[in-house]
Amino acid sequence: MPTDLLEKPEADQRNKPMTHTPGVRDTTGTNLAGFRSAEDMLIPGVEDVVAESTSHHHPHGSDPISDSTMVLNMGPQHPSTHGVLRLVVEVDGETIVSLAPDIGYLHTGIEKTCEAKFYQQVIPLTDRIDYLAPMANNLAYALAVEKLLELEIPERAQVIRVLFMELMRINSHLVWLGTHAMDIGALTVFLYCFREREQLLRIFEAVSGQRMMTSYIRIGGLALEPPPGLMDTIKTFLDDFPSKIAEYEGLLNNNPIWISRLKGIGYLSGEDAIALGVTGPPLRASGVDFDVRRDMPYSGYEKYTFNVPVSHDCDVWARYVVRMDEMRESVKICHQALAMLPALEGQPIVANSPKVILPDREQMKTQMESLIHHFKIVTEGFAVPAGEATSSIEAPHGMMNYYVVSDGTAKPYRVHMRNADFSNLQALETMCKGRLIADVVAVIGSIDIVLGAIDR
Amino acid sequence: MSDPITDPATPQAVFGKEAVTEALADHVAIGALQDLITDAKWDRKELTLTVAPESIIAAAQAAKAAGYNFLEDVTAVDWYPSEPRFQISYSILSMGLKQRIRLVARVHGDSPNIDSITSVWPSANFYEREVFDLFGVRFAGHPRLTRIMMPDNWNGHPLRKDYPVEGYR
Repeated sequence: MPTDLLEKPEADQRNKPMTHTPGVRDTTGTNLAGFRSAEDMLIPGVEDVVAESTSHHHPHGSDPISDSTMVLNMGPQHPSTHGVLRLVVEVDGETIVSLAPDIGYLHTGIEKTCEAKFYQQVIPLTDRIDYLAPMANNLAYALAVEKLLELEIPERAQVIRVLFMELMRINSHLVWLGTHAMDIGALTVFLYCFREREQLLRIFEAVSGQRMMTSYIRIGGLALEPPPGLMDTIKTFLDDFPSKIAEYEGLLNNNPIWISRLKGIGYLSGEDAIALGVTGPPLRASGVDFDVRRDMPYSGYEKYTFNVPVSHDCDVWARYVVRMDEMRESVKICHQALAMLPALEGQPIVANSPKVILPDREQMKTQMESLIHHFKIVTEGFAVPAGEATSSIEAPHGMMNYYVVSDGTAKPYRVHMRNADFSNLQALETMCKGRLIADVVAVIGSIDIVLGAIDR
Repeated sequence: MSDPITDPATPQAVFGKEAVTEALADHVAIGALQDLITDAKWDRKELTLTVAPESIIAAAQAAKAAGYNFLEDVTAVDWYPSEPRFQISYSILSMGLKQRIRLVARVHGDSPNIDSITSVWPSANFYEREVFDLFGVRFAGHPRLTRIMMPDNWNGHPLRKDYPVEGYR
């Protein structure tokens, strides 16, 4: 068996670490993409992996064992693939030669279904896309439709939206941390994370009546007035939460297994990340300082002060550190949002547009006009001016864009979701190539995918 | 407040290549793609540049050279029954300029074909496979254009407008 088995793929052009001018670090990433030729970076499909595996057999070699590779099927029922992701892996011993994700097992045709619904009926469908952060989906869709309608959202609704977006981020990151640690073998962290997530789910239930599929953010504002006392509950949670982050870090940061399974694994350089369409925490862990909340603010994010955690280590550990820091920053944003709310007391939670937004129950029962509006919106929806709009938000998993095309009727002509998970998955091969098969599990955990968002 | 339903167009909306070029003379993307665009639209603070399907690679390269370094999305809209029916939309972001543009190419329904831009952005790989799968638009030069969402033996392309919501009987 050749001694350089582990080094062998390193000689491959595709897995070479970046070698551009040291000292000059381009944090915006403007000049990073295109550093290598794009053809070198194309990832193989399932058929490529199977077809190419035969060419890696060397029947006349000296060592019969090392001279053959094996094609393995991982998933779609594998617990560490975080859903129904199937990977076709070609392995040489335990080293990954090539890998291709096969998706579509959870494809439910949500985009097609949207075209047959009224604009307001699409909201519950969006919950089911990235089901760990339903309000992020609600918000991205609502922003796109609001752009088409040119609605002005009251300040108070925007602050509550930001507050819940950040709670959603904590919620999503808690599930990521728990499952990621469980994949590596640290079951305790999972239980700790779900303890805090339970409190968050109770907050979401209190505000929307649903623990997971909240549908809370609607076109034009919010679904319901937050119940009295909820902000105090959130404040108690936020005051307590940083100590919980310290608890998770206490369990993991000095854990030798955790360190050796994460550090130096899944290398993804900044220019590869940009070329492969990676966004969110994995992009920032590769040294590219881009966050939609800060760089292209929406819903009033420009009013909050927060840091964007960036790491230049480009490995699984860096993604862990970035997400842990993001949770702390989210706590900061939530505190600022809570501090803004008392001054906005009395403002409505929906835009002033009676033909688009359902009147409240009291008005509907007492005023003729409201009753007519209510009847019209429920039975025939509301027409949206023809045009196309893209919204973009920083969801917990990365950049989430909704592309909504209207033909002027009450049903969207086309709704397309660009989820970070779908394109982040494309970087999997680049990160895993030449590493051990056990590292694939760590890398999948580190890009934090939800198959609902990939397959839609 | 003006009624958003009866008052459709944004006051700032500009349509047509000449008008947009005049209104947004110093826009980086318009300068870089001047020779390639056939139509342009500035609506709801979004810039949409239409290019001929033959020049999509050139347009992508020009946009990339102008600093639009990140391909966010490739998708399609089916304008059936009008022709050319498929509108392929490319959403491209500049992380430096903090701006995004939408490149659009209209493809005829008889033999929907357009060049793949995977040679410019490898991330287009999955997106083009998705458009092929759900709309049936073929991307010439794509490394392996196979279905990505639907099973390989699926009949038809579900997101086409002449495909019934509940499938064929």
